[in-house]
Amino acid sequence: MDETIKKQLQKTAVNIRMGVLTGTFHAKSGHPGGSLSIADLLTYLYFAKLNVDPKNPDMPDRDRLVLSKGHTAPALYAALAERGFFDKKELESLRHIGAMLQGHPCIHTPGVDMSSGSLGQGISAACGMALAGKLDAAPYRVYTILGDGEIEEGQVWEAAMFAAHYGLDNLTAIVDNNGLQIDGKITDVCSPEPIDEKFRAFGWHVIVVDDAHDFDKIEAAFNEAETIVDKPVAIIQKSVKGKGVSFMENQVSWHGAAPNAEQYEQGMNELRAALAELEG
Amino acid sequence: MADVKKKATRESYGEALTELAEQYPELVVLDADLAAATKTGIFKKAYPDRFFDCGIAEENMMGVAAGLAAAGKIPFASTFAMFAAGRAYEIVRNSIGYPHLNVKIGATHAGISVGEDGATHQCNEDVALMRTIPGMTVIVPSDDVEAKAAVKAALDFNGPVYMRFGRLAAPVLNDPATYKFELGKGITMRDGKDITIVATGLMVGEAAAAAETLAAEGIDARVINIHTIKPLDKELIAKAAQETGKIVTVEEHSIIGGLGSAVADCVTECCPVPVIKIGVNDEFGHSGPAVDLLKEFGLSAEHIVEVVKKALNK
Repeated sequence: MDETIKKQLQKTAVNIRMGVLTGTFHAKSGHPGGSLSIADLLTYLYFAKLNVDPKNPDMPDRDRLVLSKGHTAPALYAALAERGFFDKKELESLRHIGAMLQGHPCIHTPGVDMSSGSLGQGISAACGMALAGKLDAAPYRVYTILGDGEIEEGQVWEAAMFAAHYGLDNLTAIVDNNGLQIDGKITDVCSPEPIDEKFRAFGWHVIVVDDAHDFDKIEAAFNEAETIVDKPVAIIQKSVKGKGVSFMENQVSWHGAAPNAEQYEQGMNELRAALAELEG
Repeated sequence: MADVKKKATRESYGEALTELAEQYPELVVLDADLAAATKTGIFKKAYPDRFFDCGIAEENMMGVAAGLAAAGKIPFASTFAMFAAGRAYEIVRNSIGYPHLNVKIGATHAGISVGEDGATHQCNEDVALMRTIPGMTVIVPSDDVEAKAAVKAALDFNGPVYMRFGRLAAPVLNDPATYKFELGKGITMRDGKDITIVATGLMVGEAAAAAETLAAEGIDARVINIHTIKPLDKELIAKAAQETGKIVTVEEHSIIGGLGSAVADCVTECCPVPVIKIGVNDEFGHSGPAVDLLKEFGLSAEHIVEVVKKALNK
């Protein structure tokens, strides 16, 4: 990846992380851990990959993104705001009464392609969108982001079977493999591993990204995904839950807890420092 | 009624989809390995490129339908009522109902008249489940003519619709030449002043037959066919409550949460009069021939006559 573009993406990712902290801090609830682990992924998608238009969010031939792990809405909202779908000010009223930004994604929010949050359902909707794209011979691609805990839901594997059976090569599912879910390590709770072998067995082309916070590796994976014909693609990205905020990294306790004022300040300071370093 | 033409509304469903496919290019059909039974197989044969079998995976089917609708298609997701409303309830609620997507659910083999398959497949709860979902339209057609008209009306309506069809051949009550289906509007099949029998689906024919018997005995019963349980035709129900003073509801569904509950809710608010509910009581069904089960569970003209007379102390 071009170094200038990469640096710009890295800066955007820091801004999105700030948006995650801002949203959850003002909401006094929400899910910062899994939001931070997909901040780089969303940055890449919204700023380097997806054909979307903030001025025309319902553009028929736009690429679609379904956040199947809907609880990480703070990251999606931060990315959409950063991309210009709505004012960043909205992040401060996340989860508030009367606010536009709901606790989990709602299709009526500009830029949100599907309501989600009840785990395992987004991938099915993404399959439907991809099938519609095939029927219409439309140019768009459909992306869906799943949690590694989420794939314990049986519906995910019904969808996996369906996508392979109908050869939905315009569909890419990204599994955010941060290794943690609410009750602990995914391998301790009720292990969905080996994730790559499972998707392969279901007839998917599988790409493993060993560092979900490295834009070169993310880009290589998505470029490869576009070359695959007749099969859906699963990108298993090894990520760090809470990435970018030192005290949240790899801590399961930050799955569904909001930072208090002091923690918010500390986190924002760390992110400001990261931004300053990138701006050099 | 021995010489009356009979047809299962699931047949009407499969035929209507096929007949309307050309006029509605966005119409696509999904099934979950039951195409031969739900009769979407008729559509599959005529339009194989617009039919998608999802296998025995109803949750995913409902989600796929949601995605298709979000991308502009009009999907008809088809399976037995037990699996459409029961197994996939939460997906219907969250992936179809909450985003208010233009998905049509064709649920066949509803109610006790599934027959020999027994309790696991006799869904007596689907109307109750579906009507709790905000924005969900719930239609229970009574015969072939009404079922076909309902499919067309669902296509012309933008929003989620649950349609309930039966396995058992039902008498064709309506004349296709004159029948008009209006979403959310009940049909007064027979006027009357002593009491009102409000029926839906397979029970409309039984209610009409009961009214005939009652008339011969000097009881003037009004019969209303409520094909759209949600939104309910409150005006028609309120008028009946006011003018006849008593209501008996009849449905091939649990007395908890279905037509009877909807009517009772309406009457309680607008014009409190006694509402007596005929339906499947708080119990599971069991195996047996459909016609015998309907009799056993009191879903017959004879039982309606008994209940009406008791309500009128006659």
